[in-house]
Amino acid sequence: MNNESLKLKVAEYTAKVEKASAKFPERKNIEYNRLYTPLDLEGMDYERDLGLPGSYPFTRGVQPTMYRGRFWTMRMYAGFSTAEESNKRYRYLLSSGSTGLSCAFDLPTQIGYDSDDAISEGEVGKVGVAIDSLADMEILFDQIDLGKVSTSMTINAPASVLLAMYIAVAEKNGISPDKLNGTIQNDILKEYAARGTYIFPPKPSMRLITNIFEYCSKNVPNWNTISISGYHIREAGSTAAQEIAFTIADGIAYCEAAIKAGLNVDDFAGRLSFFWNAHNNVLEEVAKFRASRRVWAKVMKERFGATNPKSWMLRVHTQTAGSMLTAQQPENNIVRVALQTAAAVMGGTQSLHTNSKDEALALPTEDSVRVALRTQQIVAYESGLADVVDPLAGSYYVEAMTNEIEADAWKYIQKIDDIGGAVVAIEEGYIQREIQDSAYKWQKEVENNDRVIVGVNKFQIEEKPVEGLLRVDASVGELQKKKLADLRAKRDNAAVKAALAKLEVACGDEEINLMPVIMEAVKTYATLGEICGVMRKVFGEYQAHATL
Amino acid sequence: MEKRVRVLVAKPGLDGHDRGAKVVARALRDAGFEVIYTGLRQTPEQIAEAALQEDVNVIALSLLSGAHNHLFPRIVELIRSKGMTDVLMIGGGVIPDSDIPTLKAAGIAEVFTPGTSTVSIIDYINANVK
Repeated sequence: MNNESLKLKVAEYTAKVEKASAKFPERKNIEYNRLYTPLDLEGMDYERDLGLPGSYPFTRGVQPTMYRGRFWTMRMYAGFSTAEESNKRYRYLLSSGSTGLSCAFDLPTQIGYDSDDAISEGEVGKVGVAIDSLADMEILFDQIDLGKVSTSMTINAPASVLLAMYIAVAEKNGISPDKLNGTIQNDILKEYAARGTYIFPPKPSMRLITNIFEYCSKNVPNWNTISISGYHIREAGSTAAQEIAFTIADGIAYCEAAIKAGLNVDDFAGRLSFFWNAHNNVLEEVAKFRASRRVWAKVMKERFGATNPKSWMLRVHTQTAGSMLTAQQPENNIVRVALQTAAAVMGGTQSLHTNSKDEALALPTEDSVRVALRTQQIVAYESGLADVVDPLAGSYYVEAMTNEIEADAWKYIQKIDDIGGAVVAIEEGYIQREIQDSAYKWQKEVENNDRVIVGVNKFQIEEKPVEGLLRVDASVGELQKKKLADLRAKRDNAAVKAALAKLEVACGDEEINLMPVIMEAVKTYATLGEICGVMRKVFGEYQAHATL
Repeated sequence: MEKRVRVLVAKPGLDGHDRGAKVVARALRDAGFEVIYTGLRQTPEQIAEAALQEDVNVIALSLLSGAHNHLFPRIVELIRSKGMTDVLMIGGGVIPDSDIPTLKAAGIAEVFTPGTSTVSIIDYINANVK
């Protein structure tokens, strides 16, 4: 059929179903058509736009064989209470078939405060594990072979300190840094924009990040030095296109900072990784993953002139959307997570965390975490979704949507370039406002019943109280305080003082890479709060402007 | 003309999740309230001070980190000790049902959990503000 006759047939079809042509009630932000045909892919060029998996522009995936080579890393985000408790959960997860670790730290740790700081009161061990010093880190990874496991750490502002502790634990166990595999999130820009665990202002924060890039490229070559995260931007309410656009704009800012600091793009770009959200709209999400790889490949090749193909690849960890879990009829969340898992897998993720059904209510229990992990295993081994590389390629709809999301993303990236880059766009509140507008629109759609959330605004039941939620023992704070008092009494305090003094001088000299200095400090058992305290003193703290 | 109801939307503790707080703040503003949003990482003392300075009628606390049992009662205590006995205090976030009776006993008038419509928060304030 030639295009002219197809156009006529599609027009006939459209006229015939005109009555049913009301917009999809749940698709207000991007208005997809009812039907897609080859007409929607006019001008598309297979070699240019898709290519083969493992080659530019990587639309079809970053590895040539994808899951026919090996499955994605099943990496469950976990951590709560003390290092002892979390170590138990990690070993349970590894014995259940998890293939990587992912550490959740409590808020004081994420913001660089010790457990005995007044500001930490009530928060110790709540949303993750409390780490005050190398001593806690040694317990956290007790009996876990850091030479074999890969570890992701959700740590941003104090990422340099936690990475230094991890390297120190490995060295103590006879594992050299070049054998370590893992990731630190280390993405401060999205903290300012969407997640909130910032400490220092942008300039010293960007310095810490580029110091890490440089240090790792020489000493920890297999470490992913950053996980540039759209996940939290999406959780804060953005659309799919905004998620990838704002994140890639952040990625551009990191590359520019590193190049400005004198690094060669191909020396660090291969270790940049990304973090996407797997949201509810399965096919839109698949298209988002595909579009994001194409955008990043073009950015790296065309904008930054990277020549190593590894620098062009957008490698991604994914988490299912926590904000889409409902407190109502929580069992339904298992189904949501299964669909989100399908999206991440068909989208070609390298690694995945699946949320547990009870997470709109509390941290997950061991039983609900097992179901979440089993969901990945069922998708991997039973569903067939992982059997073929990029199975949805060629779908008129998915390809058209991939193009559409890519075009939207470029528009936002252009807009951010015009503002002066991601750092300025965040300082001016542009990115925050865009996210908030989308979040508010979503809420209004739910409240107007334009968007149905099963069990929340439709198909409700009389809710029964949920039994057996995980509770973090309130005594964790006291326990950590006692551990800290013991540590401060036992360690060589003169060595701590000297290391902190050296760090203070180094912070004031931009020519110095801070990583080796921080390494020295953590090895004296200086605490996280002490180290960040020195940096706070020299760098100052970020003052957010709350916008509504 | 009747004085508009003034609401302080506050984020106590170290929690950075402010999607809910901002959506609620905006909905309250659209409903005609005067809304002041504190931003992140406010200590109980800062929140009490802001409430006093801004002369608010309602304080809406949002917390998703699990520290509500510690922070909410502390804030109520400070507010009352500053003589703001009429201020309506409400809270929201990831708060297990089993914690709600304790929070209410401590002086939080109502607790709104995930899935709450902003309309029900607005209605609650209109019905209970003094």
